[in-house]
Amino acid sequence: MLTIKNLHAKIEDNEILKGLNLEVNAGEVHAIMGPNGSGKSTLASVLAGREEFEVTEGEITYQGKNLLELEPEERAREGVFLAFQYPVEIPGVSTINFMKTAVNQVRESRGQEPLDAVSFLSMMKEKMKLVEIDQSLLNRSLNEGFSGGEKKRNEIFQMAMLEPKLAILDETDSGLDIDALRIVANGVNKLRTKNNAIIVVTHYQRLLEYIVPDFVHVLYKGKIVKSGTKELALELEAKGYDWIKDQVAVV
Amino acid sequence: MSQSVELKNSTQEILSKITLEGTIRNQAREALGSLGLPASKNEEYKFAPVTRILEKNFNLSNFTVESSKVTDISSFAINYLDAHVLVMINGSFNKSLSSYDDRELKIELLNQESGKLGTLADYKTDALVAWNTAAWSAAIRLVVAENITVKKPVIIHQIIDTTNQEIKCFNRVLIEVGKSSELTVVEKLDTIGNQHNGFSNVVTEAFIEPNAELNYVSLQTDSSRRYHFSQTSIWQARDSRANCFTLTMDGKFIRNNLQVILDGEGCESHLLGLYLVQGDTLVDNHTVVDHKKANSFSNELYKGIVDDNARGVFNGKIFVRPNAQKTNAFQSNRNILLSDKATVNTKPQLEIWADDVKCSHGCTTGQLDEEALFYLRARGIGEDTARAMMLYAFAGEVIESLKSETIKSYIDSLISERLHKNF
Repeated sequence: MLTIKNLHAKIEDNEILKGLNLEVNAGEVHAIMGPNGSGKSTLASVLAGREEFEVTEGEITYQGKNLLELEPEERAREGVFLAFQYPVEIPGVSTINFMKTAVNQVRESRGQEPLDAVSFLSMMKEKMKLVEIDQSLLNRSLNEGFSGGEKKRNEIFQMAMLEPKLAILDETDSGLDIDALRIVANGVNKLRTKNNAIIVVTHYQRLLEYIVPDFVHVLYKGKIVKSGTKELALELEAKGYDWIKDQVAVV
Repeated sequence: MSQSVELKNSTQEILSKITLEGTIRNQAREALGSLGLPASKNEEYKFAPVTRILEKNFNLSNFTVESSKVTDISSFAINYLDAHVLVMINGSFNKSLSSYDDRELKIELLNQESGKLGTLADYKTDALVAWNTAAWSAAIRLVVAENITVKKPVIIHQIIDTTNQEIKCFNRVLIEVGKSSELTVVEKLDTIGNQHNGFSNVVTEAFIEPNAELNYVSLQTDSSRRYHFSQTSIWQARDSRANCFTLTMDGKFIRNNLQVILDGEGCESHLLGLYLVQGDTLVDNHTVVDHKKANSFSNELYKGIVDDNARGVFNGKIFVRPNAQKTNAFQSNRNILLSDKATVNTKPQLEIWADDVKCSHGCTTGQLDEEALFYLRARGIGEDTARAMMLYAFAGEVIESLKSETIKSYIDSLISERLHKNF
């Protein structure tokens, strides 16, 4: 589904990604871990098409297409979804209106009729249950005055509404208490199918007890320096990142 | 030196053309003579050099006005608004295009000084007000007796017909809302012809008696050849409410002075403004909120979206007089610039002499939030729609609290069209 080859990316004059390779297939969950500043969020941003980052080398192929040539909205319409680390507050735009516009623009791009108000609302009600989010929250301005947990739940609600093929969760667990984490993780697990793939970018192993990954990768200094299965996450939790840094230094 | 001589000359020229007489007219004429039209260094007109603009674009030695031959103004109507319609064209009242009855309120047409006219708007400090007070040709007086909620709004079309010649016109409006009564007045600028430049100078005075309410809506959306000056002075007795809304979307030069005097306890005043300007429009909103007595509340919100070479100016003065303890006064001016050449100058001025008050002010000017734009796009929303959504949300806050649903939806349709709303 997604193939990243030798990806180099910089912001202003700082090279952050320095030759990253990754292969993700449908039905898989990949966790990307790594110390602060290793390039985790940069990877998420580059995949979603954030313009501040410039790709200087390498390629990203998504479902046979050159992802880097697509605008952010085109990527979303092709099924790429980024759950933001810091969801943006937009005063005056309600989540409901925002989602209705988004869902219908995505449908339009696929040659489907827009959903009428009734079908949209019934779809929304069904997805709200997944993430245990209340309609009163969705009537309010997008993320404005939401708690951290509410913002992250809103991200997963949007993911449920858009039914992406490739979801990238950028530190969706950071800052959440265990109850909020459980709700968010349950939502994600219910959205897991054999046809879609999820990349979980996280700083903490705790999330991976709830969203169990098929593969764990350690990102360090802009490259994936170690890959393994979920046991690798446990090892990282026990030993910290220093042994990885030491290994890299030795090599 | 040569410039000040020149300014003086155009003031003299104007004075020599004013032939109307009256106690207040004469005083105003004298005031205009001693003030002179605002010089380029005048602080109040720093970003709106009105004298230079008028001298450059108008013939100030000829004030003759042809009467208009227009017989249909239906295109200027607000859809579905059942209103008393009053039509001013080129400085005279047009009876045949107007339609109103006096069951709910008294509507009078004046061409001479009468009652409270000229007693509120200060012609001694502002030359443009002095000019109007000396030279106005027609006035509309609206009087609501006590305990009457006027159901139909009054709409005053301030029309200029520039089909055959440039127009300079001077009108007045006097509003008196009796105790515990309510009235809505809409002032709408409209232009016919648009072949020449047009300058309108409109002074509105409103007296709101105890426990009464005035909703005052000003719609400035007509023509890129319109030059407009307005002074709106509102006096509030105790427990009264004033809800003002000013929308500017077009015009070459628009200067609005809005002054609200809270002269009793328990007053509430809302001053809302929205300017969505493009091309080379210059819009300057100067507001004064004057708290004279204790326990009153004022809230001011002006927002601007400024594109192309357009310029926005906001100056908001709040006075809290020594007696005005427990005043709550809030002010906010927020702007979005859509082009590199668009500019905004904003200046809050708070002067507070009482010590037990809650006052706040804030102003911001910036570009559209790129991170928010990316967020919307990352959900599949196209860039144009994403921009329109954000701008519409930004502007929408200002119209939310408008009381009349018909007026609100009319304004909403104007904003939606301007911002290319397609969602």
